[in-house]
Amino acid sequence: MNPITRRWFLEQCRVGLGSMALTHLLQGAKAEGPLAPKKPHHEPKAKRVIYLFMAGGPSHLELFDNKPQLAKFDGTLPPADLLKGYRAAFINPNSKLLGPKFKFARYGQSGAEISELLPHTAKVVDDITIVKSMVTDAFNHAPGQLMMNTGSQQFGRPSFGAWTIYGLGSESQDLPAFVVFSSGKKGPSGGNSCWGSGFLPTVYQGVQFRGAGDPVLYLSNPKGVDNGLQRESLDSIRKLNEMHLGVTGDPEIATRIQSFEMAYRMQSSAPELMDLSKEPQHVLDSYGAVPGKPSFANNCLLARRLVERGVRFVQLYHEAWDQHGSLVKDLNANTKDTDQACAALVQDLKQRGMLNDTLVIWGGEFGRTPMVQGGSDGRDHHPNAFTMWMAGGGMKPGLTLGESDELGFNVAKDKVHVHDLHATTLHLLGFDHTKLTYRFQGRDYRLTDVHGNVVNQLLT
Amino acid sequence: MTVHRAPSALTVFFLSFCAAQAKVDFVKDVQPVFEKSCQGCHGAKSQLGNLRLDSRQLAMKAIKPGDSAASSLYKRVAGIGTEARMPMGAKPLTPDEIATIKTWIDEGAEWPESASVRGAEIKKHWAYVAPVRPEAPKTGGNWVRNPVDAFVLARLQKESLHPAEQADRVTLLRRLSLDITGLPPTIAEVDAFLADQSPRAYEKQVDRLLESPHYGERWSRHWLDSARYADSDGFEKDKMRNVWFYRDWVINAFNRDLPYNQFLTEQLAGDLLPNSTQDQKVATGFLRNSMINEEGGIDPEQFRMEAMFDRMDAIGKSMLGLTIQCAQCHTHKYDPLTHDEYYRLFAFLNNSHEANMPTYTPEEQKKRAEIFAKMREIETGLQHRTTDWLARMTAWEQTVRHDQPEWTVITPEVDDISTGGQKYIPQKDGSFLAYGYAPTKHKVKFLYTAKAAITGFRVELLNDPNLPLGGPGRSIKGTGALTEFEVEVDGKKVKFGKATADVNPPEHELDKMFFDKTDKRRVTGPVEYAIDGKEETAWGHDVGPVRRNLPRKAVFVPEKPLEPGAIAVFLNQRHGGWNSDDNMNHNLGRFRLSVTSAPDPVADPLPVAVRDIVTRVPVAERTQAQQQAVFRHWLTTVPEWSASARELEDLWKQMPEGATQLVLSERNDMRETHVLTRGDFLKPGKSVEPGVPAYLNPLPAGAPANRLGFAQWLTSREAPTTARSMVNRIWQSYFGTGLVSTSEDLGRQADPPSHPELLDWLAVDFMDNKWSLKALHRTIVTSATYRQSSKVTPELLQKDPANRLLARGPRLRVEAELVRDIALAASGLLNGKVGGPSVFPPAPDFLFQPPVSYGPKNWYEDKDADRYRRALYTFRYRSVPYPMLQTFDAPNGDFACVRRPRSNTPLQALTTLNEPLFLETARALALKALTEGGATDADRLTYAFRRVLARRPLPAESDELLSLLARQTGRFDGAGANPMELIAADPAKPPALPSGATPAQAAAWTAVSRVLLNLDETITKE
Repeated sequence: MNPITRRWFLEQCRVGLGSMALTHLLQGAKAEGPLAPKKPHHEPKAKRVIYLFMAGGPSHLELFDNKPQLAKFDGTLPPADLLKGYRAAFINPNSKLLGPKFKFARYGQSGAEISELLPHTAKVVDDITIVKSMVTDAFNHAPGQLMMNTGSQQFGRPSFGAWTIYGLGSESQDLPAFVVFSSGKKGPSGGNSCWGSGFLPTVYQGVQFRGAGDPVLYLSNPKGVDNGLQRESLDSIRKLNEMHLGVTGDPEIATRIQSFEMAYRMQSSAPELMDLSKEPQHVLDSYGAVPGKPSFANNCLLARRLVERGVRFVQLYHEAWDQHGSLVKDLNANTKDTDQACAALVQDLKQRGMLNDTLVIWGGEFGRTPMVQGGSDGRDHHPNAFTMWMAGGGMKPGLTLGESDELGFNVAKDKVHVHDLHATTLHLLGFDHTKLTYRFQGRDYRLTDVHGNVVNQLLT
Repeated sequence: MTVHRAPSALTVFFLSFCAAQAKVDFVKDVQPVFEKSCQGCHGAKSQLGNLRLDSRQLAMKAIKPGDSAASSLYKRVAGIGTEARMPMGAKPLTPDEIATIKTWIDEGAEWPESASVRGAEIKKHWAYVAPVRPEAPKTGGNWVRNPVDAFVLARLQKESLHPAEQADRVTLLRRLSLDITGLPPTIAEVDAFLADQSPRAYEKQVDRLLESPHYGERWSRHWLDSARYADSDGFEKDKMRNVWFYRDWVINAFNRDLPYNQFLTEQLAGDLLPNSTQDQKVATGFLRNSMINEEGGIDPEQFRMEAMFDRMDAIGKSMLGLTIQCAQCHTHKYDPLTHDEYYRLFAFLNNSHEANMPTYTPEEQKKRAEIFAKMREIETGLQHRTTDWLARMTAWEQTVRHDQPEWTVITPEVDDISTGGQKYIPQKDGSFLAYGYAPTKHKVKFLYTAKAAITGFRVELLNDPNLPLGGPGRSIKGTGALTEFEVEVDGKKVKFGKATADVNPPEHELDKMFFDKTDKRRVTGPVEYAIDGKEETAWGHDVGPVRRNLPRKAVFVPEKPLEPGAIAVFLNQRHGGWNSDDNMNHNLGRFRLSVTSAPDPVADPLPVAVRDIVTRVPVAERTQAQQQAVFRHWLTTVPEWSASARELEDLWKQMPEGATQLVLSERNDMRETHVLTRGDFLKPGKSVEPGVPAYLNPLPAGAPANRLGFAQWLTSREAPTTARSMVNRIWQSYFGTGLVSTSEDLGRQADPPSHPELLDWLAVDFMDNKWSLKALHRTIVTSATYRQSSKVTPELLQKDPANRLLARGPRLRVEAELVRDIALAASGLLNGKVGGPSVFPPAPDFLFQPPVSYGPKNWYEDKDADRYRRALYTFRYRSVPYPMLQTFDAPNGDFACVRRPRSNTPLQALTTLNEPLFLETARALALKALTEGGATDADRLTYAFRRVLARRPLPAESDELLSLLARQTGRFDGAGANPMELIAADPAKPPALPSGATPAQAAAWTAVSRVLLNLDETITKE
């Protein structure tokens, strides 16, 4: 509660606010306190974010970054000067080059180049913005995912989502402001810290939702407690809490009352949210979603439903892209699992008029080596150049920015570091990234640390 | 200070003469710029960089009159040179302002004495000066009980505020109990306190609670936050680790009131204390609570450095109360810690092995002592009965001293692709240390070109302090298994005719911890199993506790000697379990390969230590322990002593398994420490020696340049922040906010203390009381300040929302662990056992499976009394925090935390309403009320209410709850609801109800209990 509401509430309570009036007050209340909606530094282009985190490190060389020269030099060793100071996770860097495994073609009015693995993404190229010149500092998964999410390889910093909620607050009264889903073979390497609040207050951390069953832990009433008993119990809890508020005068009790009421509302709103069976068949088909069968496609559709309901930041982790081997087979499977739903999400948001102010981000923690790992069907981790795409929220549609060198090893043009990406996305959300700060340990911290430049070329 | 040396008087004269017309006037032109843009950081309040620009004298360190180019003041504001432009973090001065300053300096920097602050000095920040005990203010009145109150009251009087009345006894006892033991008072305890009319009634309660073993549990949790304690490694693998001995050490340290300076010393350097005990070594687990990354493809040195940075950060926050992390990359912007000084501190800690030691409970220690005593008895018995034993043993030594062939240690090349992601790190002695990712099944290949014929290969399994229990294997028991030893020449397998080893255990089925999800026979056994061509058999060396962790060797003899030339050696290791993301590897940890050309080589039957004594130490020069070691082996070779040998063997089998603990142990050869450019371990700069920052107390005379010396420095009475930071954190835990609100940092950027003198008084008093934490607690809780009622008026709330002035008592939601503990205690389910391995209360299964968890994790839900242990003992995975604890703001141990946030969210409400264990507490409380609560519903309600809240219900509260009870009893009696569903986890196994009680009653009481357990007051320290 903000101080004014608190004071008013207190004064009312002291003269005996009826419980009906209180209920009314609580139900009508917007999220308050640390989650109250806040105005950013300037008018935002993006009001919410859906971040499709392709964990594991998708191969830019098979998906977006066509390298005919790499095909030509397949089986030869990379130039020695390219490898100076280069560290690889598993392979001896001086391993043979491996030509791209899939064909590329140009699509749409923009003529963006896309691999045959992504036929659906190919259909929305004019709505998305492709960055082929991404660079990061980390080449192991956990540090890489932390870097991409928190701007630091070390644990303890707030995530991008947490910073966003800290800066903008919540628009939802009965759902968390920052929701996380996970699909794929395993959970993300960075674990909870990928969506953690670091040193920010814990209310800003992401809440993990499950794709099936209760989306939130302990959402359902325990066995033996039906809705009537739950409501009656909450009424008794509220009345006793109110009495005690009258005795002690501590406004924290009012906040507790509000929390319980919001929990009750969440008990009905969250299952409603999760119920994909209400979606028209053609929408389900466009995503490839099947109600009751958890999948990345279901999560994409749920992400749209969440942002429709005022959730500010949705992150979908799909940990499947670590192709040290089985490059061809796994990429076929991964793109089959994700390509259609990603494209459908962009189209769906566009049709609903939400793409303008919803920023969609697609990408992993790093790319993959132009050099082979193992026989001829794997690539190692590679931080020097990789590809991401964004859509909506003020990103220039149809643009492809940046180039890697002819082997896809280093960035050749328009380098975009992770810090620059953060600066740019914060800019779209209405922030000067150097001013969105939090004082901790005697220092003002920010998502971009002391780095980052807004990439103006990316903006509409 | 004289500064007018550089430009001659003549020059100054000349300049001022020529520029007479345009001369810059300090007061008019320069001083306003200083005031506007510089004095915020370089003035009366703050003197960053030891510079003041309001005092002529003190400003001159940055000004060279007549020479702007040599004046750092000008260079910094003009942005010339490599140092950050001033004003730092603000807009640069305008070109005009910069030009004015330049001209003013070049004209001689004239600065009239009248425009300079007189007597200005560079003040040291308060926290960098050792505290001295201030006089308690004289305040008058009889409210003051001890000096704490005098300081608090003086401040209140300044703000025209009055302290609140004392809280009523019941509230006070609940507050005190929750604060000191973390458990609510029982009804009997409340009644006893109410009945005690003696003047020391309250103090007696304080004494009782401080003596409770639950005191250590409660306060250990605070320290464990700052020690970033968790039961798993972190990062993606996040494997279980054994560190609960450290947790128990902390609990016990608090319970026996180990002086805080000793408490810190043991955690930093317990292993370096003379004759250090198991406990003191375990205490170094503090430093080992850093995370470990065994992700495939990591550079182990990178993550050793990460762990070192983490240790520095933890020491900074939890012991020093200073942020030092920033200086990892560059010289600290606000605090005077330089980049070099950071690495000098770092150097104190940089010389340790990441060790893992066996630990034994007191019972186990006793058992071990008994076994060792019996062994000695048998051995001395043999010696007594055999008077010529020494001569016989010496004669035997003659026969074995030179019976070994010559071996050539080889250092072959590791074939990268064959390692399964494990790093094989070459060591100075020619051995390899397996590190990083640990595949459970792999076959590593070595390439070697033999210069001479090979008649035999030797594999030595060696100890290493960095392996579990010192190795020689990598399993969590320090064991390994060699499935097959193979050699290829020209791609063709070499046939082996013979294998020998100094340990040949009988065939043994693989331990469950290596289960690979197949139903294949998988065994370890004698060394022949390594050349039998079967993947199901392996040579093992697990011969029980202690002896499984000795170095071993095996010798493999090819049927035909190999010609000189290129060969490939394979160590096939396939006896691990199914999950490489868990503790299931069974790999060799450190080993060395040798070859020989001698005919028919066999493995040396003498243990490595015995061989060493026999060949190196003449009989006359041996210590008793050395002689005993030789004797212990020799006796096994004496045929007529076989019965005694068997007896000894049986004793070995009774040796307790014990547990393990991550600790530090000191290296013999000093590691060099470098200043790392931007904190990057790949960019080492100059090397530095251990040393302490200039702005803090000096290193005590004679302190060694290791962790022990560091501890002596940190716990010196001259250390300005050590005592202050701890008393501040204890204060924070009682009152919600520390006297310095930024409890992790008392440095220059810290919030100013609300009661600076009180902070110093408490710090000095703490040290004067021999660093006794119990004495400190007693001082705080017996103060009138602590005993105030926490009721608040809107006026006071507005004036002092965070209660920094303390015109009322603290009212705070309890910490995550206590939320659970209160419910367990109130319901009677609590299992009060102190210490032991971490436990597994119920948690949703899917959290521990992909795709929520990175890999499948173990969660062995406790079904017995361990289910109801205090939340302190809940197993903590860093990557999958226990949901209930996380929801209530418990940190997950990724990094040191000395100040928890205190949130109030709907997810918390869902947890206490619906989480299974909370429901179990509601059921249990209902049964308690029905069984022990009395004859009437009103009695039962009062009983349940008091169990939860200590106080009795007000009439309005009773009415509300009794009405709910009546309605629900009616409903559960009717056809619409099945009471069994609510009162039993499994309706087929209903609980035994007290006689006369109906299931409907039990269900209704469960509903009422659930309401009680969900009240704000229940989880609040009032």
